[in-house]
Amino acid sequence: MEETKFTPQTWPDKPEQATPEAKNKFVGIWIFICSDITLFASVFATYLSLKDKGPAGMEFSAAELFELPLAFVMTMLLLTSSLTSVYAMYHMKNYNFKGVQIWMTITVLLGLGFLALEIYEFYHYVHIGFGYTQSAFSSAFFTLVGTHGLHVVVGLVWIVCLIVRNAKRGLNLYNAPKYYAASIFWHFIDVVWVFIFTVVYLMGVLG
Amino acid sequence: MGHDTQVQAKTKAQFEYERHHNAVHMRKQVINFAIMIFLTFLAFAVVVADFSAYFIKPFILLLAAVQVVLQLYSFMHMDDKKGHHIGVIQTFVWFGAVIAFTFFLTFLTIIWW
Repeated sequence: MEETKFTPQTWPDKPEQATPEAKNKFVGIWIFICSDITLFASVFATYLSLKDKGPAGMEFSAAELFELPLAFVMTMLLLTSSLTSVYAMYHMKNYNFKGVQIWMTITVLLGLGFLALEIYEFYHYVHIGFGYTQSAFSSAFFTLVGTHGLHVVVGLVWIVCLIVRNAKRGLNLYNAPKYYAASIFWHFIDVVWVFIFTVVYLMGVLG
Repeated sequence: MGHDTQVQAKTKAQFEYERHHNAVHMRKQVINFAIMIFLTFLAFAVVVADFSAYFIKPFILLLAAVQVVLQLYSFMHMDDKKGHHIGVIQTFVWFGAVIAFTFFLTFLTIIWW
């Protein structure tokens, strides 16, 4: 079946769930995401209980540290990258491989922009003395946002591998579920970020 | 083997119907995206506008919850009733959310500094 050449007319309606292997991948990525929910729940809960806590006389607090314009731009980049991967899946359903590759590449570029801003942000905090070991607050903050950043890196490497490896293969029922699983993972990264910008940045600025 | 499926050519009407269906679905996704962007703007706006924190905190948490449900059900296709084992997946995700909530509850009530 890997060698079968499809046409838009023979391409199944649900290519991401057309084969037994694809169905397993579909359920598999969701089970992984459910376990990831508990991972993020624990680092979120840790952050909330240790927010602004540290050695006596600590000069850093969430209200003074975080800057909303940066968080806003990062949110927009990630939210838009979520939409571009939806476009990629739209083209996958229409058996338009070029469309899949182009929109996935745009997703990667937006993700890279997000990652660059996050690295800049972390670098800035460490530069002003707010390093990982500075306080309970800083450890909890970097663990939470860093775990999310790590997911972004993994997602980017994953999607780039898919784009490069399948560049000459074209779309088939072997790689379509792979693109789909990667896009579900990418949406989940955005879901987690929605809570991070709300709980860490917006509620942090409120004090 | 694991990648086998029945290959069936669609009739012209079927094909055009599916194309149209996909396009309509994509338009809905773009509308959902617009709603998400609007909710994000709203969340940042109420914080910048400096209302009372007692109002802002529950309000932006509610906006986040709405946005996450939109992501899960539209972008991640949890609304697709023909999805493989979708009922199991929905149960899993919502139980994951319940477990997440107990994490918050225990950490915030047990730990103090």
